[in-house]
Amino acid sequence: MASAEVYPASEPARWTYLDRVRTRPGPFTNPDIFSGEAVAAAMEAMKILVIGAGGLGCELLKNLALSGFKDIHVIDMDTIDISNLNRQFLFREADVGKSKAEVAARFVEKRVKGVKITPHNCKIQDFDEDFYMQFQLVICGLDSIEARRWINATLINMVDEDVEDSYKPLIDGGTEGFKGQARVIFPTVTSCIECQLDMHAPRAAVPLCTLASIPRQPEHCVEWAHIIAWDQEKPFPQLDKDDPEHITWLFQKALLRANEFNIPGVTYSLTQGVVKNIIPAIAATNSVIAAACCNEALKIASNCAPFLGLPDDNYMMYSGNDSIYTYTFRHDKKDDCPVCGQLARDLPGVDRAWTLRDLVDSFAALPEAQLKKPSVRAEGKTLYMQSPASLEAQTRPNLDKTLVELGLEDGQEIGVTDPAFATVIFKFRLKFKQ
Amino acid sequence: MTEIIMSQTPPILHGPSEKERKYDRQLRLWAASGQAALESANILLVNSGAGTVGAETLKNLVLPGIGRFAIYDETRVSEADLGVNFFLDDSCLGQSRSQSLTKLIVELNPDVQGTGYPNEDAKTLESLLAGSPVFTAIMYTHPIRPDQLSQLEAYGQQHRTPLVAIHSAGFYSSFQINLPGAFPIVDTHPDETATTDLRLLTPWPELVAFAEELTKNIDSLDNFEHGHLPYVVILLHYLQQWKAAHDGKYPATYKEKTELRKVVQSAARTNNPEGGEENFDEAAAAVLKTLVPPSLPSGLKEVFEHEQTDPVSLHRSGFWLIADAVKQFYERHQCLPLPGKLPDMKAQSKVYIQLQGIYKAKARRDAAEILQIVQTAPGGEHVDPAEVDLFCKNAAFVKLINASGGAGSSDARISRADRLKSAAALEFANDETAALTLAPLSLLPIYLALQATAHVGTTSTSTSNDSSSSSSSSSSADEILATIAEQVPGAEKHERVVQAAHEVARAAGGELHNVAALTGGMVAQEMIKIVTKQYIPVDNTCVYDGIGGRCQVLRL
Ligand SMILES: [Zn+2]
Repeated sequence: MASAEVYPASEPARWTYLDRVRTRPGPFTNPDIFSGEAVAAAMEAMKILVIGAGGLGCELLKNLALSGFKDIHVIDMDTIDISNLNRQFLFREADVGKSKAEVAARFVEKRVKGVKITPHNCKIQDFDEDFYMQFQLVICGLDSIEARRWINATLINMVDEDVEDSYKPLIDGGTEGFKGQARVIFPTVTSCIECQLDMHAPRAAVPLCTLASIPRQPEHCVEWAHIIAWDQEKPFPQLDKDDPEHITWLFQKALLRANEFNIPGVTYSLTQGVVKNIIPAIAATNSVIAAACCNEALKIASNCAPFLGLPDDNYMMYSGNDSIYTYTFRHDKKDDCPVCGQLARDLPGVDRAWTLRDLVDSFAALPEAQLKKPSVRAEGKTLYMQSPASLEAQTRPNLDKTLVELGLEDGQEIGVTDPAFATVIFKFRLKFKQ
Repeated sequence: MTEIIMSQTPPILHGPSEKERKYDRQLRLWAASGQAALESANILLVNSGAGTVGAETLKNLVLPGIGRFAIYDETRVSEADLGVNFFLDDSCLGQSRSQSLTKLIVELNPDVQGTGYPNEDAKTLESLLAGSPVFTAIMYTHPIRPDQLSQLEAYGQQHRTPLVAIHSAGFYSSFQINLPGAFPIVDTHPDETATTDLRLLTPWPELVAFAEELTKNIDSLDNFEHGHLPYVVILLHYLQQWKAAHDGKYPATYKEKTELRKVVQSAARTNNPEGGEENFDEAAAAVLKTLVPPSLPSGLKEVFEHEQTDPVSLHRSGFWLIADAVKQFYERHQCLPLPGKLPDMKAQSKVYIQLQGIYKAKARRDAAEILQIVQTAPGGEHVDPAEVDLFCKNAAFVKLINASGGAGSSDARISRADRLKSAAALEFANDETAALTLAPLSLLPIYLALQATAHVGTTSTSTSNDSSSSSSSSSSADEILATIAEQVPGAEKHERVVQAAHEVARAAGGELHNVAALTGGMVAQEMIKIVTKQYIPVDNTCVYDGIGGRCQVLRL
């Protein structure tokens, strides 16, 4: 097997290690779908999209360029901050303030001869389906769950059963401290990001009455400064979480409150962490997760070895806190997934005495919905719309009516939309508490 | 963790320093103490083979700010390097690989110093080892020359330096950590949820008095006060009642505990506007989790027992003196020092802060008692009280790595070759039943196949300029299987070993960048854990399968 011929595309000496593996079959290669001769040229012709040029994104671009891909696009709307430099290795101190996508693209192009990287310094929502249709593979290195859900819904929405090219595999990585995960999604075929949403439940919010009257933890004091004191005093027209002056104001407010209640532990660092919801991040973990993603990309693009996603495992969890532990498994597609499933999902725990406002507010905290600005319809009737303003005003009175008054019944199906996921109607079936 | 950062926070009006801003995302993981350890580290990489995995590891150590590094690498940059190694470019072709790598890696962080060898100061590995300040840790990549490996091993023995062997080929990789003797970690960073230790079955007088005071008129409390009793106080109150009704005994069995839970649940007031009480819900939910008699966790038990088998340890560090004292404390009180941390719970601010104070005061008393024991021991007067505090806070989660690896221990007397054979027997036996147990199949076959190509043959010597041409790294599958048969007779017949041998042969000593980058990430995590003595390192071998997308840790 190992003596099989190597088929280089261009620059055989340079890609000798890669070509040995990607153009020759190994003991696990599926001969029915593998053609060594075609691999290198096919990969050079592929267009790959990377979303995010941060900690994972820098690694992804480097890894893809050294995996034989030649045409890579990258989207990131952020600019470089000094706190990026401990892991985002394509950036230097002199780059602080510049576009991440542009600096990263230029750096990798310069270092790896023959690769073309096209930067897009904007939001993923600025592009339409035509833009996404041009790629063969999408790889995400994002820190926002909302952006992940948006691209997931968009790619699934693009699937046209009659057009083979409309299926865009999505590879997604994420990290937190020494931990992370890599997953592969084949739209409409495997479990999707929305199917897996409950695995990434948001942290429970501290009740407002705790913040307002009975704080106990330093975090409660920071949240009080952030949510209550800022609104009351408006020290600056708009809160900019990246402005040290604003954070200092919050820190001092939180400290005063902490002193009033004898609560120890309020610091600048804690204030910043709570207000910005900072997730610890290091180069080493990004390296692991981004490489796991690109390794799957190489296998999917070349068929030189089995990849995650089909038919079995599609999710790798990694933890480096206590020794090293990986758990690689299959997450099953959910029939009632609002994005890729067919059925309405049960919404248990609804109280028939609730007002529509109670119902609308409950979607934000629900792990499998996490919708912050939901609009609600039932049986073709609009119950509440967040926008446009005229419709909002018209439907606002409904918020104070109870579900029963609005004619909603146990087992009733409702449709929920959210501006963050323009293309998706989340279908839920109300299940009243007994 | 936050508490350590806290004490370093600059005065109110000053924001964080430039350095604190740059390292903010990692200081939240290992605090200023971990950062200081990293910054004083001096790491050597002995690089060979395709050489990317070592460079990727260094990248992940230079970015967070290790003090300094050295790369020893005798090869010159070839065209093949440029297709796999990000820290080399066209201008490096034909140049010394160590110096080219150093130049492009040191760029990543102006706080870090790096040097490439061989150079004018040290022309051989031997002279580098002899002439450098002591290395904090050494990493080397396979395939390595046997003479260089022996030099590194001798150095590791002499200076008690951790050695990490790294091997990446095609879709496979493995690395092995060789620690100089038992390696204790105090600051293991357990999951928050695991650390609650309330001592509700062994309350001390101040805690009992506090709970009694708050609950003496529990039924006549107004709804606000009743609904804000901390769940700790609620549980102590109903435990007291339980004891009175059960011959002074606490609920011990699962059945008794669920009975107590029912008592607590039914004590909640429901005739209020909320129709229930959150604090009583919290109390009921805490019954099974928190009402457990004190016990000795396995990690600390190992520490205590390690001392018994090895009483005259050569290195009576602060750790062992404190461990001794904690052991005496445990024998005296049948419990560990109280960590003193109170989880958040529904309560009025003032009451919660008082309760928190009671836990903290007890923790301070316990720590003071242990410090006193430490100070009476020979050498104990030099132990830092802060180290005692840290130990007391983490006592239940203290961990000993490489416990049986100390010089003179039983483990050291079993040869590495025999250990591999017995590990293989165990792994193959497990695989027989894997279909039933649903356990993932062993990755030992990958380790065996990699190991068979780990050493450069004596015929292909240091004069080689092309890193891809060493004879043994491009072995055929049959040659690999023949080597495996020598190391673990019979293993070469297993189908999965045969497959692994073919997969390794396919790479012919070449690295895939992704697998090297992934492995470099894992090894860098491990180096950080070893240098900072925080979190728990791998004990001692990790194997990665880039086809199945998973790892396995083995003790070999
Ligand atoms: Zn789905």
